[in-house]
Amino acid sequence: MDVICILALRQLKRYLRARARIIGSLGQPILFLVALGFGFGRTYEKAGGGNYIQFLAPGIIAMGILFTAVFSGIEIIWDRQFGFLKETLVAPVSRLQIVLGRTLGGAAVALIQGLIVFLVCIVAGFRIHYIAFLPVALIFMFLISILFTAMGTVVGSILEDLHAFPLIMNFLVMPLFFFSGALFPVQDVPKALKIAVDINPLSYGVDGLRGAMSQGFLFGLGTDFIVLSILTAILLTVGSYFFSRIQL
Amino acid sequence: MIEVRDLVKNFGEFCAVNHVSFEVSAGRIFGFLGPNGAGKTTTIKMLTTILKPTSGIIRVDGHDPVHEKHQVRSSFGIVFQDPSLDSELTAWENLELHGVLYGVSSNERKQRIEKLLKFVELWDRRKDFVKNFSGGMKRRLEIARALIHVPKVLFLDEPTLGLDPQTRNHIWNYIRLLNKEQNITVFFTTHYMEEAERVADEIAVIDRGKIIAQDTPVTLKEKTHTRSLEDAFIALTGYAIRDEEVSSVDRMRTIGKVWGR
Repeated sequence: MDVICILALRQLKRYLRARARIIGSLGQPILFLVALGFGFGRTYEKAGGGNYIQFLAPGIIAMGILFTAVFSGIEIIWDRQFGFLKETLVAPVSRLQIVLGRTLGGAAVALIQGLIVFLVCIVAGFRIHYIAFLPVALIFMFLISILFTAMGTVVGSILEDLHAFPLIMNFLVMPLFFFSGALFPVQDVPKALKIAVDINPLSYGVDGLRGAMSQGFLFGLGTDFIVLSILTAILLTVGSYFFSRIQL
Repeated sequence: MIEVRDLVKNFGEFCAVNHVSFEVSAGRIFGFLGPNGAGKTTTIKMLTTILKPTSGIIRVDGHDPVHEKHQVRSSFGIVFQDPSLDSELTAWENLELHGVLYGVSSNERKQRIEKLLKFVELWDRRKDFVKNFSGGMKRRLEIARALIHVPKVLFLDEPTLGLDPQTRNHIWNYIRLLNKEQNITVFFTTHYMEEAERVADEIAVIDRGKIIAQDTPVTLKEKTHTRSLEDAFIALTGYAIRDEEVSSVDRMRTIGKVWGR
């Protein structure tokens, strides 16, 4: 337990000490919130969709968490480069503990980032419907954080260097974001796109957040929760398998 | 303390370590020398559970690094060829983290960290971030870190690489002191032959994956009819320059520089 805590704490300290990183990673969500939120807002309302910021904000929060979480997981590659990974790999602790510590730390970082984006959304005019549902929203934020940090861990354990970085951005992170229903309602989209949304884990995270914060659930609270939990468990297992296979 | 028999490591077609055998008894300082790409680091990686051997038998403190990883890992401390500190943490935090990883209790941790930081003369800098440390300070901190869990064997992979003569001298003094006072077995590699000559009780020379000589520095010189270990080394391994293949980590480092990290 101590091992998991200290490794998680390390991730948190590194994050809190890198102010530039915190501010830098806020740029993208704010850009999307402002450009799309205010740019499409009127059109969306005229088409009968209601307040677009109310719809968009949970998606943007999920986005902030997604990006930070995947990169926290991928930090393994940096640790490999700067040597710290070796220090943990020769330590007499189980690989599962290392993965859990890293993932929980990364998830905590992503969760904080999500909360900051949440505050930015409130400044932009976002209002949550029922304060009583806030804890549910927090649980979903945490689940999204762990799930995608674990995904980053898998990717970071498989890759040896960052040559594939644009590949991860363009073929994993961006599609996850765009096909999650974060930006547009997915009820009436073409069939192929609907399938992409249905198999995308982030869709359930966005739906859970949106349901808890501003509008109704599409898949349902229970479905969202179960899908995210099961996927998190699977990715943690796969992540620790690939992590344990790392040789330097 | 360390026993290696018929150790082999193949990377595809390439044989990095070719039927290597040697023994290091407890309390000795053992120098493992060889030109670039001879198989030194590969051997250390296998001894320290990071790399799985293709075949052969290894015992570190009586345990097998393949099947008894946990026992082997608890028994040694290591200073890697490349830095392995977290530069975003302070000196104290780096040692604290190591202590927790190795299950050292909180009280003991505090005492040992203080003692070791004073030993390597970094106590005054304990609250400074490692990223502000010089190469020599980082090395000293790594040596301190490797000792927190009171290992029986200390592995040092080119511990003095790129350091000035003063720091190098300092580092070897610490190591000899540790060996003498606490009877720690030391297994090191280096390219500085005069250091090996001064420090090592016993030396093995490895070249192209095979051990070609193993003796005390004095006997090695006698056998090759040379005056210094450097000459003995060249007599054994020849004049040709060896090129190592660039590893993925080296490539990463180049990228890292571009990214400014």
